[in-house]
Amino acid sequence: MKKLASSRYLFPLIVAAVVAVFLLLDNQIGLKALTITGSSFLEMLSVIPPIFILLGLLDVWIPREKIIKHLGEESGLKGIILSFTLGAAAAGPLYGAFPIAAVFMKKGVKFSNVLIFIGAWSTTKIPMFMFEMASLGIGFALLRLAINIPGILIMALILEHITGRELKQIIYEQATKLSE
Amino acid sequence: MYSVGLYIATAVLLVVSFAANRKKTVSAIRKAWKSFERILPELMAIMLFVGLLIALLDPETISSLLGESSGLSGLLIASIVGSITLIPGFVAFPTAAMLLNSGAGITQIALFISTLMMVGVVTFPVERKYFGTRLTLTRNSMAFAFSFLVAGIMGLVLK
Repeated sequence: MKKLASSRYLFPLIVAAVVAVFLLLDNQIGLKALTITGSSFLEMLSVIPPIFILLGLLDVWIPREKIIKHLGEESGLKGIILSFTLGAAAAGPLYGAFPIAAVFMKKGVKFSNVLIFIGAWSTTKIPMFMFEMASLGIGFALLRLAINIPGILIMALILEHITGRELKQIIYEQATKLSE
Repeated sequence: MYSVGLYIATAVLLVVSFAANRKKTVSAIRKAWKSFERILPELMAIMLFVGLLIALLDPETISSLLGESSGLSGLLIASIVGSITLIPGFVAFPTAAMLLNSGAGITQIALFISTLMMVGVVTFPVERKYFGTRLTLTRNSMAFAFSFLVAGIMGLVLK
């Protein structure tokens, strides 16, 4: 068990060693790299721990039936809007969305809704939208949003369509295993 | 601000949950930790790698490569850099604004932002764990192609 755990951390250790080499060879680049890594780390810390705890709470408290009713196969337009809203209200990097998607699948959320959630999370996050407006202007942010909303929906539908029933089943089983 | 609210809301829910059912709450926390630890090694490697990558690229070179008239090569560079890197939004947007000010084209910047958000090359190992290789590849290629559409429209409208 211990051996397995340490081998999983071998890769980050190698990358850390490379950064250390840069730090020794060229102090400036090394320090800059660490500063950027530090800001990614802060971003992670600012949202990921509470998101995972909320996820754990959702898993133990909200029954599957309830989730299926609002986001499952028969949830229709309401399910689409709800998935979109959940993704857009989120914060944090995209990798934070995958474990949530896994719990969603375990609880019986419709596949296209899972994909809409991920799409919304990736590009239409409301907190980031404010920031985008401030940096790049209202026109830029609004136009990007206006193109992305239909884009996310269309891509989710196409992806659901081309993922066969068998593959979908494998993904759902895998997701259930990952969120035990 | 958002993050403070999120932490407070989580703490409140955690206390409520604990008062209602200790065992369930402990199991929720255990699940939270397990899901976090599952992606932790990849996250650490990604953060270190991207830090190094960005440190090695210098902003003046980037804006000259991404200029309004940089054509196809500028678009390719913008989309490749955007797809590979993973930069927090609060760093990416000001950086993009800075690049625009120093002469980068709007289409190139829109492409960079769009691929940055939708396409994840370094997060591929994490995404694959959840969605499998095939779907992860398809989703990312589609998002890559879609980013060109987004950037094209934005370049035309905002010019």
